[in-house]
Amino acid sequence: MSMIYIKSLLPPPVNKKEILRYAGAKEALPELEALLEECLTLAEDKLIYKVCYTEVCVKRNGDILTLDGIETSSKDLQKNLAGCERAVIFAATVGLPLDRLIARFGTVAPSKALMLQAIGAERIESLCDAFNDEISKKAKAEGEATRPRFSPGYGDLPLELQKDVFALLDCQRKIGLTLNKSLLMSPSKSVTAVIGIGKGNCNRKTGCEACNKTDCLFRGKNENY
Amino acid sequence: MKITEFLKNNILYLDGGMGTLLQAEGLEAGEKPERWNLAHPEIITRIHKEYFDAGSNVVSTNTFGANCLKFSDDELEEIIKAAVLNAKAAKDTSVSTQEKWIALDVGPTGRMLAPYGDFDFEDAVAAFAKTIKLGAKHGVDLVLIETMNDSYETKAALLAAKENCDLPVFVSNAYSEDGKLLTGADPAAMVAMLEGMGADAIGVNCSLGPKALTGVIDEYLKHASIPVILKPNAGLPSVVGGKTVYDVLANEFALDCALLIEKGVRIAGGCCGTTPDYIKSLVCASKQIPLKPIEKKNMTVVSSYTHAVAFGENPILIGERINPTGKKRFKEALKANDIDYILKEGIAQQEKGVHVLDVNVGLPEIDEVRMLKTAVCELQAIIDLPLQIDTSSPKAMETALRCYNGKAMINSVNGKKESMESVFPLAKKYGGVIVALTLDENGIPRTAEGRLEIAKKILLEAEKYGIDKKDIIFDPLTLTISADSTAAKETLRAVSLIKNELGCHTSLGVSNVSFGLPQRDLVNGTFFSLALGQGLSAAIMNPYSLEMMKAYRTYCALMGIDDNCTDYIAFAQDMPQTIATSTQAVSVSAPSEFKSELQKAVVKGMKDLAAGLTEELVKTTPALEIVQQEIIPALDIVGKGFENKTVYLPQLLMSAEAASAAFEKIKASMQSDSSASKCRFVIATVKGDIHDIGKNIVKLLLENYGFEVTDLGRDVPPEAVVEAVTRFKAPLAGLSALMTTTVPAMEETIKQLRASCPWCKVVVGGAVLTEEYAMSIGADKYARDAMETVRYAEEINNSL
Repeated sequence: MSMIYIKSLLPPPVNKKEILRYAGAKEALPELEALLEECLTLAEDKLIYKVCYTEVCVKRNGDILTLDGIETSSKDLQKNLAGCERAVIFAATVGLPLDRLIARFGTVAPSKALMLQAIGAERIESLCDAFNDEISKKAKAEGEATRPRFSPGYGDLPLELQKDVFALLDCQRKIGLTLNKSLLMSPSKSVTAVIGIGKGNCNRKTGCEACNKTDCLFRGKNENY
Repeated sequence: MKITEFLKNNILYLDGGMGTLLQAEGLEAGEKPERWNLAHPEIITRIHKEYFDAGSNVVSTNTFGANCLKFSDDELEEIIKAAVLNAKAAKDTSVSTQEKWIALDVGPTGRMLAPYGDFDFEDAVAAFAKTIKLGAKHGVDLVLIETMNDSYETKAALLAAKENCDLPVFVSNAYSEDGKLLTGADPAAMVAMLEGMGADAIGVNCSLGPKALTGVIDEYLKHASIPVILKPNAGLPSVVGGKTVYDVLANEFALDCALLIEKGVRIAGGCCGTTPDYIKSLVCASKQIPLKPIEKKNMTVVSSYTHAVAFGENPILIGERINPTGKKRFKEALKANDIDYILKEGIAQQEKGVHVLDVNVGLPEIDEVRMLKTAVCELQAIIDLPLQIDTSSPKAMETALRCYNGKAMINSVNGKKESMESVFPLAKKYGGVIVALTLDENGIPRTAEGRLEIAKKILLEAEKYGIDKKDIIFDPLTLTISADSTAAKETLRAVSLIKNELGCHTSLGVSNVSFGLPQRDLVNGTFFSLALGQGLSAAIMNPYSLEMMKAYRTYCALMGIDDNCTDYIAFAQDMPQTIATSTQAVSVSAPSEFKSELQKAVVKGMKDLAAGLTEELVKTTPALEIVQQEIIPALDIVGKGFENKTVYLPQLLMSAEAASAAFEKIKASMQSDSSASKCRFVIATVKGDIHDIGKNIVKLLLENYGFEVTDLGRDVPPEAVVEAVTRFKAPLAGLSALMTTTVPAMEETIKQLRASCPWCKVVVGGAVLTEEYAMSIGADKYARDAMETVRYAEEINNSL
């Protein structure tokens, strides 16, 4: 059994355009920017940036993929991990205090709740990107490349797999992240994912382009989104 | 010897890590270490014995995750029985001569408690109770609750231990680098809650190495009156030369811990990455250290799930507004089960700067026990201030104290025998700072001396229950000067007598003093200043009262407890401007594209302005006219803009909030609440789902458009939706679900609605839903966004 590491990252740079997109606004009107700035100030000292992770061996037995203790027959993950002998499995969260802040404004000012949850969505994605970058750099130094990160619920990888990920990473103890019966995570702004590491190039499709939900409200019209 | 006796004169050594050692013995990823008690008893016993041999006084059973969420009842008992036997075997075979005990190790359940998770507090208590009963049955000497990183779960575990065994209980929490638990509590808050509930020792384990925990330990030593535990990791794991090692070695670990033992830590051991060698070094490095006595801190402290509030240095403001007495709108809200109204009162008072919120929801027509519990839980979900539970019903008091996350204020006890007999046992069990009124069977003594006598009597009686005087705050009672001109003087004298003769803190409900007089605020403010001058520690007060806030801010500035007068200056600069000025400012610049200033305020989402303009307008214009001529047209402009994608969701919401603020002013001006003109709409986030932003948005818009919305909240069982729709004969129900895993609950809810309420139209929404998906689970309507729900609801309403 390999070691589970805990990492606290510095806050990654804020992508305001992305936050506004999550909030359902396609351009930065002055009143929206004012709301965004106010909410960023509110959220600033409520956010943590924590990741726990471990490295696993990728083994294949026919249709079954094994990542240490985790087994799956997902074809999409098979494809994603093609050429990978190892992978990093991680869980990341920006913490519970933000959930409290969102709930607080849910009652008195839903516009702030909306903006704060958009901030949470952007922050957790940025945290994952920052962590992913570190793993990619390390892999590159070792002559390998990473695959786009892949989460339970993507493609045919069942959300049920969250249970195994949580057992493997001991998320509650390591970063205070829990899974409830309906497989929702609490704190809500959290992500678990697999990052494959292997030789050669990888499929670079990411973001909206990689997703098969074509009627999504947030789907961007072009690469810039 | 009893461990609590031993602790009085000795440093107590715990053991070190277990998980790391089991991995070295071959524990597989995903394998449950607790099963090794049965599968490999010889290994577990050997590790325990190595710790005893290294000098540990206490080893903890290999039961960190032994609970009924992970194991069946039968397996759980087998595991715990075997775990205790393994530890006993180690104790019997160890040749070292120190005193030895066995602790039942209790770790977190891995689930998040409600409201931010789906694990009910009482279910958590019951789960811990099972483990603890089994440990006690099989003969452990104490309970060690450890590695808890949430204060609420810690409370559940400690409560379970206190209710199910007579063993000493040690409680240890895991702190992050920022010196707080992951769910936000700081050490002072944890000390207040855990000491209040009667833990025998408290402290810190896991997460970091000893040096990094110094700040947290300092806080514990500063606040705790009981032994403090230190059980750190061997630093952090890192990879060196392809091998994982912890970065603090045994010798350094021991020396770092020894420094903290010198400061006053009484119980020490190790957590992740530590081995018997670490314990051996630790004992060696610290056993000669002279004991630092554990001093009583005599601090009067209440706490929430984030922080503690101490009485003494600064006057404490206790917001009185969550109380239906004399408030018509509040009573209506209570009867309608309108929790949001209570929450808004709470948030507004916090914004005004109070430190504690009084919570009173007593009304003859409602079930106070249930309502008080709901109010406490809902307030704690969003407000981090400590609460003062205010009820005369012992049952409601117990229910509220039980579910309270922290150490609450208890309002109140008095010198009557019956009162003390019902309140003191609750305070002893759940912890709390009690407000004690100086009255008894003979009423309120007229003189300060008489009230002092009652205070003494209350202290004596409290002592019999083991309640320390630091946990009692006296309210020497404010009487009306218009009835007795010496009333205020006696109260002020009583404040100072109680402070000087008993060394106790005092609190007053100030506003009674001016009853029957004109301009009451003036009298209240001056009386408050005088009482503060006499050493008053706290006041139950109205934070919207400018005179009260003036008295408080100036007192703090004058007494040197407001550094550089910062708070005073901010207060003075922020002194309420009249709404007229801001209205004027706008009327100068109001462009012609809007019909009126109010319309502009709503369209542009200017909440305060919309409220202010409406407040003025209702004086001259009929309410209905304002709604129909101003607010609804403004909402329509924004609604259409949203549908045409020229207005974005956050703007739609800002407008809706501005309209809400305007409606609230209209409601306040009307004799009866008859503003809703459209049909009932029952709304809920389905069972298993706790996301409610989307639902709240829909609710807000529906209310603006005049629908009578019954909001059942989130994680709502199908039966509750059916019950509400039936009770109101509601023609419309809206259900929200965010995840594929909770859509089945939505489907089930629709099924039950169809069976019991065939008249009801069901509209659904949420991130994972599509038109097709919604139809396949039997909904009448899939709404892509909030406006679409409003349009559909209007359509149904018009067809009724």
